[in-house]
Amino acid sequence: MQKLMLLGDEAIAQAGIDAGMSGIYAYPGTPSTEITEYVMHSKEARAKGVHAAWGANEKTAMEAALGMSYAGKRSMVCMKHVGLNVAADAFVNAAITGANGGLVVVVADDPSMHSSQNEQDSRFFGKFAMIPILEPANQQEAYDMVFEGFEISERHNIPVMLRITTRLAHSRSGVQPKPAKEQNAIRIPSDPRQFILLPANARRNYKKLLQNQVVFEELSDNSTFNFYKPGPDHSMGIIACGISYNYLLENYPDRKVPYPIVKVGQYPAPHNLIDQLYQECEKILILEEGYPILEESLRGFLYTGKTIHGRLDGTLPRDGELNPALVAKSLGMAVPAEVPMPSVVVPRPPSLCKGCPHIYSYNALNEALSVYAKGRVFSDIGCYTLGALDPFTAINTCVDMGASITMAKGAADAGFVPAVAVIGDSTFTHSGMTGLLDAINDKSPITVIILDNATTAMTGGQDSSGTGKIEDICQALGVDPDHIHILNPLQKHHEENMRIMKQEIEYQGVSVIIPRRECIQTLAKKKKDEKKQAEAGALN
Amino acid sequence: MKKDIILAGVGGQGILSIAATIGMAAIKKGWHMKQAEVHGMSQRGGDVQSNLRLSDQEVASDLIPKGQVDIILSVEPMESLRYVPMLSPTGWLITNTKPFINIPNYPEMDAIIAEIEKVPHHVLLDADQVAKDMGSPRSANIVMLGAASPYLGLTADELEGAITAIFQRKGQEIVDQNIAAFRKGRELAEAQA
Repeated sequence: MQKLMLLGDEAIAQAGIDAGMSGIYAYPGTPSTEITEYVMHSKEARAKGVHAAWGANEKTAMEAALGMSYAGKRSMVCMKHVGLNVAADAFVNAAITGANGGLVVVVADDPSMHSSQNEQDSRFFGKFAMIPILEPANQQEAYDMVFEGFEISERHNIPVMLRITTRLAHSRSGVQPKPAKEQNAIRIPSDPRQFILLPANARRNYKKLLQNQVVFEELSDNSTFNFYKPGPDHSMGIIACGISYNYLLENYPDRKVPYPIVKVGQYPAPHNLIDQLYQECEKILILEEGYPILEESLRGFLYTGKTIHGRLDGTLPRDGELNPALVAKSLGMAVPAEVPMPSVVVPRPPSLCKGCPHIYSYNALNEALSVYAKGRVFSDIGCYTLGALDPFTAINTCVDMGASITMAKGAADAGFVPAVAVIGDSTFTHSGMTGLLDAINDKSPITVIILDNATTAMTGGQDSSGTGKIEDICQALGVDPDHIHILNPLQKHHEENMRIMKQEIEYQGVSVIIPRRECIQTLAKKKKDEKKQAEAGALN
Repeated sequence: MKKDIILAGVGGQGILSIAATIGMAAIKKGWHMKQAEVHGMSQRGGDVQSNLRLSDQEVASDLIPKGQVDIILSVEPMESLRYVPMLSPTGWLITNTKPFINIPNYPEMDAIIAEIEKVPHHVLLDADQVAKDMGSPRSANIVMLGAASPYLGLTADELEGAITAIFQRKGQEIVDQNIAAFRKGRELAEAQA
């Protein structure tokens, strides 16, 4: 079979299709989005009837994947690191139920926060749930690990985490595919109590999970993704996890590293290999892309053993992603002198597109709020977060999906009135609806502006769960229909939009304003696709 | 044989199509390749780059080590300078001179050009104008690919083969336009050498 040129994300998607996955569920989030998109656009996946769907949020996606596993089929769920916080209830308990059909949970972390609000390391979550974790160093391993992940999952009835980071997710390289496998037949769990986590069953399942830890350790000890590479110089031993292995090799053009290395791609970390390295070498250097998890456990609380270099002692920075130069420095190598960026270069932050509907919503909101003291707008996660920057400086918070509505509620409950929430349509159905219900039940005087561009725009225009239903949802939750307004965010409607915002901001109850106009990016793409189809039609 | 290339521009300018073309030619030649891209927030009009690494040996890191960049190929002049700290002392800076102004404090063009001219090996080209003059304004990126082509370690034939393969489904006319844009860019760059 010919090699395919794939992003790390795409390699995972293709591997899922080839490994006989029957369904993939996700909520879009950089850097994980392209996995599910690839399956959605794959003719092969369509021909095989692979179900591919965006969930309302990561939790619903995780649960749907678990349900497919219950039915005996292989399923995958994908999310970014902070998405795992949303899915955590389902994720941690899926480790207690265990899997039936293979279940692979793909989590893409974002060290250096290229497109995120933190750089939490999902390996912590995997360890917390006590499940096996796979961490590829390159695109080929990402592909191969999906196959192995499904195998481990089915053989040991356990969900398996596949953890990647931004750099691998969005880097392209050659991948050798494997022969495709058939999908599983429907087959419910042999133990009818497996998925009923009543305390009596849960205690039994949990004991089984604890007993399985030894099995998972053995799997790691014997995994081909973990290996020991000898080296003549035992003054130091190196542990390289995931993609950091590449940065290590990069510093030796002939790929001959003088020190012994343990390369880690499967967790629990391989005890046998690390013990061997520790015994043989005078000190240890640990390279981890993310938090110093392995480093902390190897040091121990009292740190009485051999010297351990890594992120904790300043050999490597405590935060941010690694790169070849940082690893060179940690090896004591000379790095090229720092060349400053020419002073003429100025930052070019991302900005709202020309003609973006949010521009007109923010202009109207800023004017409507001009009579009040500043600091009243609680916002959320999406393109509209760019409203924090010049020339708008229109929002005052951005924390987590849905927090705009609930934070506005809390502030209003404290007497901070008016309090305004600004949230996108996709974020609203992800995690905003429940907060709105709280506000209605509590009669909190807030104005919620739902910027409805009919898509999940920031991640590239994926379908939004609430398209066409936003005002119905608000009304059904209990917002007074007289205080639900739909606006058209265009310059020519500025005065009217501003007036309605002003009026509802003054209202002492829950009001919802929905500025509605399709995202100009998805609209342009739709027009282009239509033109392409028309041309294809004309040719036929 | 290795070529480490930074493709630079502003989100939405289409640098990934250049990367795809170079990548295809390299793969056909049997080279190894890794190409790291920027997706997400920066694509909304922010600065974007792609690390494209070609080698006849296996490539280890997805990121190019500092000071080892052989070519900065930029479709925007100020963006070309953002990656000068990564450039090898023997490396080339090849850039479009047509500015993309979406920030209020965009620097003076003269200052940008003066800074680019400090880089010993550089090629400056108004690719937008060249493409417009040729009647195919959307081929500016391929003009820039042509301008970089003498330095990529790939022959003109190999690159033209990749252009043909990539644009084929859009029809012969588009292929011809892009081949012409490529040749013009190459010719203008060679005249500057």
